[in-house]
Amino acid sequence: MKRYIAKRVGFAAISLVLLSVTIFLLVRLTGDPTVLLVEPGASQADIEAIRVQFGLDRPLWVQYGHFVSSLVRGDLGHSFYYRTPVLDLYLSRLPHSLLLATAAMAFSLLIGIPTGIIAAVRVNRWWDSAGKVFALLGLSMPSFWIGLLMILFFSVYLGWLPSSGSGTAAHLVMPAFALGWYFAAAHMRLTRSSMLDVLGSEYVKLARLKGLPEALVIGKHAFKNALIPVLTLAGINLVIMVNVAVVVETVFAWPGIGRLLYEGISFRDFPVVQATVILNGAMVVIVSLLVDILYAVIDPRIRFAR
Amino acid sequence: MNGGRSATLTGAWRFASLASFRTEGFPLIATSILGVLIFVAVFADVLAPHDPEVGRLGERFRPPVWQQGGSEKFLLGTDHLGRDVLSRLIFGARISIVVGFTAVIFAGVLGTGLGILSGFLGGWVDQVVMRVTDAWLALPALTFAIFLAAVVGPSAMNIVIILGLAYWTRYARVIRGEVLSLKERDFVRLAIVAGCSKRTIMKRHILPNVLNSAIVLGTLMLGVVVVTEAALSFLGVGVPPPKPAWGLMLADGKKGMMAGYWWLTVLPGCCIMVMVLSANLLGDWLRVKLDPQLRQL
Repeated sequence: MKRYIAKRVGFAAISLVLLSVTIFLLVRLTGDPTVLLVEPGASQADIEAIRVQFGLDRPLWVQYGHFVSSLVRGDLGHSFYYRTPVLDLYLSRLPHSLLLATAAMAFSLLIGIPTGIIAAVRVNRWWDSAGKVFALLGLSMPSFWIGLLMILFFSVYLGWLPSSGSGTAAHLVMPAFALGWYFAAAHMRLTRSSMLDVLGSEYVKLARLKGLPEALVIGKHAFKNALIPVLTLAGINLVIMVNVAVVVETVFAWPGIGRLLYEGISFRDFPVVQATVILNGAMVVIVSLLVDILYAVIDPRIRFAR
Repeated sequence: MNGGRSATLTGAWRFASLASFRTEGFPLIATSILGVLIFVAVFADVLAPHDPEVGRLGERFRPPVWQQGGSEKFLLGTDHLGRDVLSRLIFGARISIVVGFTAVIFAGVLGTGLGILSGFLGGWVDQVVMRVTDAWLALPALTFAIFLAAVVGPSAMNIVIILGLAYWTRYARVIRGEVLSLKERDFVRLAIVAGCSKRTIMKRHILPNVLNSAIVLGTLMLGVVVVTEAALSFLGVGVPPPKPAWGLMLADGKKGMMAGYWWLTVLPGCCIMVMVLSANLLGDWLRVKLDPQLRQL
């Protein structure tokens, strides 16, 4: 177990280092980074000052050392627009993002798991086909378009829900639905295939043979084991949601991290863009590490493999 | 057909013959829709009734022809600058098709190449490629694409490169896995024993055998890439205005949404959905037909 954890932590660390190298190099190699780091319209003297301050006149590896050491100190630069450290901005937006992602996740699981189970139990019947159509639609409709359609219908025509902003539960409904839609389809697909796997296993056959009512076989015996892969995926998807929420947050003016990233792009506020991307990447790496470890704790087969 | 020709062709032949002969469950509608979209993209200049980038301020926010206030000059209405929506949708198809296909091919060539190298050579090459793949997969493709777009600036060419760089990792993973199992097969071992150079083996024995998977993956990726392109354009880091990308049209459509100008929001989204849905249906069918190993995907 210890060896397994050490190995996973090692991989995660390599991922983080490579992530920082990738971002560092992409900024340096695709052009003059001073253009990105200096406020638009800055004077020549300011540009020179930034060049010296960030050491952009020195060799790449010195610059990288500088870059990483400020990252480790939690210094991610200052926003041109808000005039505050980017880290503070990020942390102040994080709760909104997590709230939205949690609501969207709850919605996607509430839709995805029951429909997935029904599709698996009634495999190749009407329900299953309906589920397949639903999954295909979910995977084919861009989340921001669903958001726009909902605004058009529920805010403009019916006037039931607020079209943008945050604060009340009514504000949360549409963004959560738009964001959760795609994931509901993905969770449905996985629940179906995982349930089919479990339903074909020996212990379910035994439960049926000993005469348990079908509802109990599915609801108690099969359900629990079929759920493990779904919940693992959900754990990682929660962080993915925080990331892909950028379009949905833009549509609904939801004040989360995605909106911060969008503002960073529109205001040409490069420090905000860079910091958001780095922190989001780090979040994904760390959460997948935690999920892996948790999974190994639950399921001994994994930690003894290889 | 011409069985004596080099092994390089076997993959392509198998693809061609399967596609033409075993057509059970073939998604005819989806394929026709893709065909129509490609046709529209090629002949956009002839088909579009108006210049998609020129507006008439006197004709702003005209509804489609069947609604009151609609005009036969603008079958699907006009947008906030008085530009013809139908013409913009038609030229938008060109952007989506061109960007979608080139990005998928770029990602495919990069990912397949690195996947083959990584799987066949093994050792440190494998380690490097796989660790880079892990790190790139850590960033969700959308975030990564937004970051790249913010760094290099928006243009149609850059979008292709960005999408390619964001999505090659998926090919690399799958192809590497296939190469690992191919490496153990007799014909590859025999080629090694016979003294073929690594280059020749990779080119003539490995590549044709992973081509099917690459094509299946590419078709499945097409939908993802088109949605990502639309999202980037929607956010303002994709194809720059006044080009008529569908995602850009949706972003513009927001301006008339509160006034109930539904056609600016509904129509471009429908186009995106129809294209993605068709690509997904075709991809699903190809996956089952061409590549049983990928059925789990």
